[in-house]
Order: sequence, then structure tokens, then C-alpha cells
Amino acid sequence: MELCSFLTLDSFITDPLTHDFMRKALLMSSLVAAVCGFLSSYLTLKGWALMGDAVSHSVMPGVVVAYALGLPFSLGAFIFGVGSVALIGFIKQKSRVKEDTVIGLVFTGFFALGIVLVSKIKSNIDLHSILFGSPLGISLSDVKQTIFISLLVVILLSIFRKDLMLYCFDPRHAKTVGINVLFLHYLLLTCLSLAAVVGLQSVGIILVVAMLITPGATAYLLTDKFDSMTIISVLSAIISSLIGIYISFWFDLETGGSIVLAQTFVFLFAFLFAPRYGIFKLKKFFAGYK
Amino acid sequence: MESIKYQNFRIDAENICVDYNGKVALYDANLRLKPGQICGLVGMNGAGKTTFFNALTGFVNISKGKIRINGESVRSAQKDQTIAYVPQSEGIDSQFPINVWDVVMMGRYGSMNIFRCPRESDVQAVKDAIERVDLTDHLSTPIGNLSGGQRKRTFLARAIAQRASILLLDEPFSGVDIRTEKLISELFIQFKNEGKTILLSTHDMIHVREFCDLVLLINKTVVAYGETSEVFTPENITTTFGGISPDFLFGPES
Repeated sequence: MELCSFLTLDSFITDPLTHDFMRKALLMSSLVAAVCGFLSSYLTLKGWALMGDAVSHSVMPGVVVAYALGLPFSLGAFIFGVGSVALIGFIKQKSRVKEDTVIGLVFTGFFALGIVLVSKIKSNIDLHSILFGSPLGISLSDVKQTIFISLLVVILLSIFRKDLMLYCFDPRHAKTVGINVLFLHYLLLTCLSLAAVVGLQSVGIILVVAMLITPGATAYLLTDKFDSMTIISVLSAIISSLIGIYISFWFDLETGGSIVLAQTFVFLFAFLFAPRYGIFKLKKFFAGYK
Repeated sequence: MESIKYQNFRIDAENICVDYNGKVALYDANLRLKPGQICGLVGMNGAGKTTFFNALTGFVNISKGKIRINGESVRSAQKDQTIAYVPQSEGIDSQFPINVWDVVMMGRYGSMNIFRCPRESDVQAVKDAIERVDLTDHLSTPIGNLSGGQRKRTFLARAIAQRASILLLDEPFSGVDIRTEKLISELFIQFKNEGKTILLSTHDMIHVREFCDLVLLINKTVVAYGETSEVFTPENITTTFGGISPDFLFGPES
């Protein structure tokens, strides 16, 4: 029966919309994708992919502790996300160990702590939904939290859009003309932690880093303008997220994995066919026909 | 009384030290520059040239000593847009998705409101600056599509748009074409006449002789400082470059 209705594009799109949980999942995932996609431009240009991975894994114990104490899980996640970065900075400064090693070491430590805590606390925490996301089973309080955090991040990024671009591009100039570089550093870090928190509901802790870097990387291949890069990044994130959820609905696949896989395919498409920076330089190809 | 004495100098760095986590990069360095002076900063890689720049712009904190810019602190120099820094080519990501206009506009950020909305005067300053470096045909060209010389001129335009009275230039002549080199040297003369103070680092000894009134030779600390004609001697240069003979550095004709 499923296969039959699948044959018309119309019902392929509209059928899932008859389900309340699907409407909610599509809306929330689009919002989360938009936030992560917005931030993604900055992270990929700043070279913070590994930092994104670290922060998103490090929020694990925070989520668990917050659940156990009955606090909003975003609060716990935020504290541990920022804490991990502070710890990375501290160890790097006080030891001779190289930065990428310190990052790997700290976030795996935090992540392991989270897993151990889950096994010890044994409340109604669903380890699977933390690790792999559960956009279909998102609760009302989680919806409120997600909307609040998303708006906060979007507002912060919008206000400091140009300053953050300058910070990524040339922090030395920013400092020279009296712009508070340290503030921008922590602002970007705060937004990263918050985006990781909302992102993990869609795709889970393990894959949330993909939400934070893949859309930016895709957009980077498609444009030479920063503003267009941000817009393309947000759009590609939203589209991938919608495709992922639909595919997972019809083929009964893990939702988080499907969303990230859709993003990866969008990236591969850009990688191959981007007009200027793709493997097959389509712009040159078509120019040859004129 | 003392502040009046300081105000004669655009840059007054006194016994400054910089260390990175206990590793000394620069110690007991002194520099005094007046308006209209061009000073060359010469030293090996790792001798502390970039560190010196970083200390003057406030990008790193000094652990000892005192820096006065126009008689005031580095912090207020930042607020007043007094110092402009022109990075060396390797110091920037040339693949960053940004065009010439937007880079030069960054020179105005410090004096704009928090949203960095350009006013009429900012737009005019950017236009004028781009015209002075002869890039008017490349306003919307992404910096990745520029030549090395054009990119250098873009950052010079940013410094001009900032209307700074002190220019710090890190290797302004490295990797540029002859046209850009000529344009930069013409600009230097204009800057000098406008009373700007210029500190530039360079590997090219000929440029020092050509442009610099003063020269500062450093190797973690000041080896020699003074008028180029007096200080820029083969002996001093040999000391600065750790015993390598100046014949090797200048080529046979020197």
C-alpha cells in the first residue's frame, strides 16, 4: 500500500503531513537546520570543524545531569559545552601537548563521562534519542526550548553578523580598530554550544557536527560572497533536513542519519557540479558552447 | 610636563617585552617615531618583527615596558582608529568569500555603529581609498581572483579608508608586481607628506635604502636603531642576521 501511494509525488509529500508528529518534526527540524546552517558559514570559514565536534560531544554529561536534576537540558548542555572549550584552552596553554590532541582528549573524556552517568543514573533517559536524535518524538517543552534557543542564536548572529565575519577573516585588524575580539570569540563559542544543543534533538549528539559544518562547506563551493554563502547554507540545511525526514518516513529509516546523509549528498552534488569550484567546472563547460 | 614630551612622538615604545607562555619573543625593545617618518623593521624570520607589530596594535599584551601612541595608551589608540595594520600576504585567507569593496569597508568598522551600517562618509572614504590604489575596476571582484599585488593594494586601501595616522606594513613588497611596487612607493611619499608615520618590515635591503629614513634592526631585541645612512651598515646587518655576511644578503654589487 505504501509503495502505491508513493508513486505519485503529490501523496509522497502530503501523506506524511496528515500525521501530527510529522508536521512537528518537519517544522522543528527546519528551524534547527536554519540555525545550524546560519552558524555553519562562520564555523567553516573559521576552521572550527573539530571544535564543533568537541563541543557537541562534550554536552553529553550536561544533558544527563540536567535530566537527573529536572533542569532544562539545554542549560546543562550549555555549561558543559562552554566548559569543555575552557578546559581545552587551559590544557593547551599549560602543557606541551598539541591542540588537536587536547581537543580529542577532552571531548572523548566528557562523552565517556556522559555515557557512564547514563548507566548509573538510570532514570527515564533515553540514551538512543540523545545519541541519534528523535525529531519524531519531540516533546512540547522541548519544542519551546528549541524555539527560544533558536531565536536567541539567530538574533545574536544577526546583530554581530559583520563583526563575526571580520573576526573570522582578520582578527588582527578587528583588534587594531578597537573591536572586542575576545567577546566575539566567546560569542561564537556560545552560539556553537547553543546550536549543538538544538541540533542534537534532530540528529543526535554523534552527528550534530554534520549540521554545523556540511551546509557551510556546500555553500562555500557555490559562491564567493559571504552573504550568499549564509543564505545558501541555510537553504541547503533546510532542504536536506526535509528530504531526510521524508525519506526516513517512507523507507522507515533512522531519521537523524537520513538528514545527515541528505546533507552529505547535497555536498557531493556541489562538489561535483559547482559552477566554478566543482570537479566538473560547469561554468567553463557551458561557456565553451557559446 | 611629561605628557607634553610624549606628544612629540607618534610611537613611543619603551623597554617592551613580549613572551608567549614563558617563551621570550621580544625583550627590552625601544622605538620612537615622529610624524612623517618612515622606519624599516629588519630582522630574520622569528626575530620578533610580527611580535613588535602585534604589541603596537595591542594584539598581544606586553609583559614589561610601556607603549604610548600619540601620548596615549594602545587601548585608546584602538578606539581612535590611530593605527592601521596591513598584513603580509600569507597572513590572510585569500579564499575567503569577500570582495574588494567589503574588505576596504572593514577599515571603517571601528568608527561605525554596532550594526556596521555604512554612512555616506564611509562610502566616500572607501571609494576614495580604492581609487588611490587604482582598483576601481575591481570593486566587486572576490579577493581570491586578484593577483598578489592587487590583493596587497586592497589591504593598503583598507588602511587608507581607516584614515589612520600610523601605518604598520608587514612585508609590503613581497610577492607584488612592478606596477604595485611603484604605486606603493608613490603612496609612501604621499603618506609622508600627509604626516603619517610608517613602520614597515622587509626582507629586501634595497627597499630600506630607498624609502626608510630610519631603520630598526632586531633580533629578539634591538640590535641597532637610527638614521638609515648611519645604522644600516654591513657590520650591523651581519650581527642582526646571526653572522651571515651582508655580501650574501645584498648580492655582489653591494
